[in-house]
Amino acid sequence: MEVSNLTKDYLNKLFSSGKRFDGRKLEDYRDVEVSVDVSNKAEGSARVKLGKTEVVVGVKLGIGEPYPDSPDKGNLMCTGELLLLASPRFEAGPPGFQAIELGRLLDRAIRESGMIDLSKLVITPGEKVWTIYLDIYPINDDGNLLDAANIGAIVALKNAKMPSLDKDGKIDYENRKGGLPLSKEIAPLSVSFYKLGETIIVDPTREEEEACETRVTFGISKWNKHYMVNACQKAGQNSFTEEEMNKILDLLPKEFEELNKRLKNHL
Amino acid sequence: MTIKRSDGRKAHETRKMTAKVGIIPNADGSAMFAFGNTVAIAAVYGPRKLHPQHMQDPSIGVLRCTYDLLSFSVDDRKKPGPSRRSQEISKVTGWALEPVIDLEAFPNTVIDVQIYILQADAGTRTAGINAASMALAHAGIPMKDLVCSVAVGKLDRDLVVDLTKEEEDFSDGEGATDFAIAKLASSNEFSLLQLDGKIRPEEIKEVLKMASEASKHIYEAQKKALKEVVQGD
Repeated sequence: MEVSNLTKDYLNKLFSSGKRFDGRKLEDYRDVEVSVDVSNKAEGSARVKLGKTEVVVGVKLGIGEPYPDSPDKGNLMCTGELLLLASPRFEAGPPGFQAIELGRLLDRAIRESGMIDLSKLVITPGEKVWTIYLDIYPINDDGNLLDAANIGAIVALKNAKMPSLDKDGKIDYENRKGGLPLSKEIAPLSVSFYKLGETIIVDPTREEEEACETRVTFGISKWNKHYMVNACQKAGQNSFTEEEMNKILDLLPKEFEELNKRLKNHL
Repeated sequence: MTIKRSDGRKAHETRKMTAKVGIIPNADGSAMFAFGNTVAIAAVYGPRKLHPQHMQDPSIGVLRCTYDLLSFSVDDRKKPGPSRRSQEISKVTGWALEPVIDLEAFPNTVIDVQIYILQADAGTRTAGINAASMALAHAGIPMKDLVCSVAVGKLDRDLVVDLTKEEEDFSDGEGATDFAIAKLASSNEFSLLQLDGKIRPEEIKEVLKMASEASKHIYEAQKKALKEVVQGD
C-alpha cells in the first residue's frame, strides 16, 4: 500500500504553504504519551504513543560471553520486530530492512551516547557479562516509528531494575535491585527529518511518511551543555543539499529540546 | 588541525586512490576502487527483466544493490553470507546511487549492482560506492552525475578525511567518529550520510565541506579511469 500520486502532490502543495492535514506546523511533533511497566516480567518496559503511533519496548537482562573485542564490557542488543498486528503494511517472513534498521539505528544512538556504562556490566572479566536485550515492538504504526521507539527505549532503560545472581551464578529474576548503570545526565533521542519536494517536516504520520522520498535520522544527546550527534543515517532515494542540511542541523537542537521538555517527567 | 596522522597524510588528504574500469568481462559494467589498502570491486548487470514478476514496477526500474565483505577481507574471518550490517550497507548504498540514475527510463526492469570488498582497511562502503558509480557509468546506464564517497572522521577533536582502520580504532580523548558521506560530483547534494560516534551539530557542517573538497579528487580519479577504458576500446 503506497500513497497515490494525487495524495503526494496534494501533500507537497500543503507542505509548501507550511500546513499539514492535522493542523500541525511542519516542525511540530504530535502529542507524546509515555507509560511504564507494560510487563512485570521485563526488567524495564515502556509504552509510547506519538499521536496514533504506539510502540512498546522491553528490557531483559541475560548472561552471556563478552565480545572478543570488548572483554571488559557487557553487551547491548537492540532488536526490532514489526508485528503484523501493528499494520496492514507489514509483511510476514524474516526481518525485512525496516526492522533491521530500527534495531541498528537505536543501538548506535544509545551505545555512542555513553548513556549505558557497559563496563559496569562485567561479572567475570573476559568470561561472563550481562547482556542488555532491548526489544522493540510497534503496536500501531502511524508513522515515525524510529523516533517513538527511541523514546520508549530510553524510558524502559531508565526504569529497568537489575536482577540478582544466586549463589550458583544463575539469574534470580525475582530479586531485582538497583537500576542499570546509566548516566544521570545523558538521554539520547532520535530526531528524524523527512523531505517531500523542497519541504522538510518532522514526525510524519504514516501517510506523510510514505509520501516523503527521503529521510535523515539523527541520534542526539546533550552532555556538559553541548549537543552531541551520536548517529546519523540518510534514507531514501533522493539527496539533501548542503543548505538543507545546514537548516536541519540548526533545527536539530530545537527539536531535541522540545521533545525533552515534553518527556521531562520520564527522563 | 594539530593531529599527526600515522601515515603522514594531511587532515584533508585521502589515501592513495586506485581506480580501474572494466575488470569483469561478464558484467555490463564493472570497476574497482581502492583507498590505500581498502579494495572494492563492483559489477553492474542490467537493466534486465526483474524476477519475480510481481516485483516489477511498470512506472520505474528498480536499483538493487548488494554489498558484502569477502570472508578473508578482514582479520577475523567473516562468516560468508549476508549479515545485518551488510544488508544495511547494501540498502544505503542503493540510496546513495539512486539520485543520479534515470530509473524511469527502464520500467519493469532491475539494475543489479554487486559490490564486494577484497581487502578491508576502513572506508569499505565509501570505496564500494565509488566503484559502483564507475561501474554504472561503464554499463552505459543514463546518469546525471557520478557519485563520490568518502568518510570524514574525528580523531579526538580534529576532523580528518578517509580514516584507516588504525585511525578508526583511535580511542584517546573523545575517541573516533566516522561519518560516511556521498556527494553528487557536480552539485552540492549529499546522497549518503551515515555516522556513529560523537560530533557536534556545528561540526557536521564542517564535515560536509571537507567531504565536498575530497570529492573533487575522487571525481578526477573516477573520470580518468573511465576515460582510459573508453579510449582503450
